[in-house]
Amino acid sequence: MMRRALMLTVLALLAVAPLILPEFQVTLLNYIGLASIVTLGLVLLTGIGGLTSFGQAAFVGLGAYTTAVLTTQYGVSPWLTLPAGLALTFVVALCLGFITLRLSGHYLPLGTIAWGIAIYFLFGNLDMLGKYSGLAEIPPLRVLGWTFGDSRAFYYLIWAVTLLALLAMRNLLDSRSGRAIRALRSRSLMAENFGVDTARLKIVIFVYAALLAATSGWFYAHFLRFVSPQPFGLNSSIDYQFMAVIGGSSELWGAVIGAALLTLLQEWLKDLLPKVMEQSGNFEIIAFGLLVIALLHRTRDGLVPYFARLIPADTLRLRPAEAPPLPQRAQPRAGEPLLQLKGVSKRFGAMAAVKDLSFEMRAGEILGLIGPNGAGKSTVFNLMTGVLAADDGEIHFGGERIDDRTGREIARCGLARTYQHVHLLQSMSVLENAAIGAYLRGREGVWSASLRLDRAEEARLRCEAANQVEWIGLGGRLFDAAGTLPLGSQRMVEIARALCADPLLLLLDEPAAGQRYQEKQALAQLLRALRQRGVSILLVEHDMEFVMGLVDRIVVMNFGEKLAEGSPREIQTNPAVVEAYLGSAV
Amino acid sequence: MNLAIALWLSQDAVTNGAIYGLIALALVVVFTVTRVIFVPQGEFISYAALSLATLQAGKVPGTIYVLIGGGILVAALDGVAALRKKSLKSLPGSLLANIVLPLAIAATSWWSASRPDDLLLQVVVTLAIVTPLGPMLYRLAFQPVANASVLVLLIIAVAVHYVLTGFGLAFFGGEGVRTHMFPNLQFRVGIFNISGQSIGVIVTSLALMVLLALLFGRTTYGKALRATAINRVGARLVGISYEFSGRLSFALAALIGAVSGILVSPITTIYYDTGLMISLKGFIGAIIGGMTSYPIAVIGSLAVSFLESYSSFWASAFKDSIVFSLIIPVLLWRSLTTHRVEEEDDS
Repeated sequence: MMRRALMLTVLALLAVAPLILPEFQVTLLNYIGLASIVTLGLVLLTGIGGLTSFGQAAFVGLGAYTTAVLTTQYGVSPWLTLPAGLALTFVVALCLGFITLRLSGHYLPLGTIAWGIAIYFLFGNLDMLGKYSGLAEIPPLRVLGWTFGDSRAFYYLIWAVTLLALLAMRNLLDSRSGRAIRALRSRSLMAENFGVDTARLKIVIFVYAALLAATSGWFYAHFLRFVSPQPFGLNSSIDYQFMAVIGGSSELWGAVIGAALLTLLQEWLKDLLPKVMEQSGNFEIIAFGLLVIALLHRTRDGLVPYFARLIPADTLRLRPAEAPPLPQRAQPRAGEPLLQLKGVSKRFGAMAAVKDLSFEMRAGEILGLIGPNGAGKSTVFNLMTGVLAADDGEIHFGGERIDDRTGREIARCGLARTYQHVHLLQSMSVLENAAIGAYLRGREGVWSASLRLDRAEEARLRCEAANQVEWIGLGGRLFDAAGTLPLGSQRMVEIARALCADPLLLLLDEPAAGQRYQEKQALAQLLRALRQRGVSILLVEHDMEFVMGLVDRIVVMNFGEKLAEGSPREIQTNPAVVEAYLGSAV
Repeated sequence: MNLAIALWLSQDAVTNGAIYGLIALALVVVFTVTRVIFVPQGEFISYAALSLATLQAGKVPGTIYVLIGGGILVAALDGVAALRKKSLKSLPGSLLANIVLPLAIAATSWWSASRPDDLLLQVVVTLAIVTPLGPMLYRLAFQPVANASVLVLLIIAVAVHYVLTGFGLAFFGGEGVRTHMFPNLQFRVGIFNISGQSIGVIVTSLALMVLLALLFGRTTYGKALRATAINRVGARLVGISYEFSGRLSFALAALIGAVSGILVSPITTIYYDTGLMISLKGFIGAIIGGMTSYPIAVIGSLAVSFLESYSSFWASAFKDSIVFSLIIPVLLWRSLTTHRVEEEDDS
């Protein structure tokens, strides 16, 4: 409740601010709003999506220059130049995103610096854009004879847009696409395995952020009624990035807080420092830099997450309501061939991790894949789910060849997996983590989510996720952050996530590791129940008691090769297997 | 364009390329050892050039206050750390390096300011002022967050760039300077004029590159740096202190920056903020080398410089647009050819 009360207070203050503050401070608030819109895009892009951009000011410039040129030189109405600017930004961002977002790691920020600077120099050197002196006499905004001439008139317009952008972003993050976006930064491999097109999604959020920046630029041009290249250069891009980092780039309100803090601080330092230092100079950038360094040394997450911890979260959360169930795949009849590996090999340099491996699985079966450490079991999983490409051989699933497909395409075929090292989003709730599994069973995208048009489907996805989490026995922890669960429970959440994908074949990589005895028995019960439902299971596991009591058949691997195959009883008495595990009898 | 112009542009390109190459080397050293994308590298260039010019004008450069102030901060931090550890063993060394040494350098620079014709002394003093700033910066800004993500380190680097630029403006003002260094010699080879300054820059750069190669190939310290670059944990396990490697790499970067600044100051007018543009071009070179390869970084810097030189002839207004656009296909090629590792900093 405290958070809600705080929010209402902030909104009330924003509403009355222009009525009581002098003109100059209203203007400052307008700048804060304009910067917030840009920074909000960065929060989505950098803080949540993990993609750094040092070129955001260039997009602000695109929005501003488009309207400046069209209104001053061609007499176009400002209301038409907004869509024009957005369209131009869309095209430019799509092209830039297409080339630069393939950049990985530290190449991306450097790439954005590069095109940010290149666009800035274009602004400054094109005759049509007034070169470095810029374009003046941009007309003000007019609606039905009413002119937005001064700061006060502009204030409500800017802040309405800022709050709408905030709301749209909040909606987006709480959706099917939003969950996938949140997985981009640290779990993109997992996201791909559940059918998320991460490359496309990166471009989408890049364009989203660019469009927000261009919108801010359009307002900027009509508010200031003058544009020049200077506010769209590298320094401004850095300022926006600073705002996001200081406010807290993983929280939406961080954008507003960061923008406010930086804008006010710059203003205050500009006023204060020359008086103190009795000398003019760029002292504010010194104070500014020192502040950012000190802040990042104290709290790397920024201010909003730091203080959010102090305010109790709203605790009342209801389990998602029952919703019409999602459509399900028809499971193949028990005994039909489901999976074939034919002579599959994978080498890492000189080491052969998997050598000429062949085996088959039939529908409705639980197959155990066992072998000493380093036998190549997890590599087999990675080959089957498109994480690694096989050097040789073929993998067929449900009659289709899948070894040449990406993880995303394989997910569509009905393969879902868990990981040896848990791949959950630690700070996201158990429910949302599970719901990522159902990604391919939904259709709604980024734009419909922002506008809250996705609620019917979202209710079904969340209900399905809740059902699966309850089924694996963690119904009491739906809203806990996944990272707060013990490791054994986290493995169970991974199983719930995989089940949300409605798989034909479930690949479990050491599901019993970290589980206690009773938990292992409960897990075995669950897996048997799944088999009853017709789901086939391929299991990598070290706990022999668990495996022997559960599976129908076993494939034993050693040094990347198949050592033996058969029923648990046959395997237990197979001399080659005994030798591999216990060493040779002399 | 005729042959004479082409040769003249090429000479310009090779001269600038040598400087960009040096900067690229410094960036690669710092990045491989500490994962810091060292945006403020350019400030060492400006600081060195401006300090040298101030000394030549017979005044004491303001950078000396940055040095003394930074030294006091480092010593204070070291003192607090020593008290926490309840071991004062490391303290005398820290006081010597961070308090006594800066004061000694300050005294020398004051002496040097009174001898405006002693070029060698001025160069030595300039190097002595700028080089210790590197390890100090590392200690103050980066060591406390040494294990942070590349992005956090990058943001801090940008913040440091702001701070240093601010000091640059405060101490040197907004006016540009040129130093007088190499005698104004001209050699004539056929139709080709070679300036003594170009030769000075190229020879010094090559010498420094050879020295670096020797350092990395032959000395224990150099090998320690290489080991840290290849595997930080492994290096630590065999007893190479990460903090030491970090400080050493920053000292090298500052030294290289100072030498570049001295070299470039007689041929280009240097303002307090000129360093950024020079270092960004070195960056492109370093990126062409994938931020890891020294020789490719130098070759890449030469390529950048040739592109800049020739595009300034044909489309001078768009020179910078062209140079910075070049980086995108290069980055694309680099990231397509390098294997991607997911950062595991989930929060």
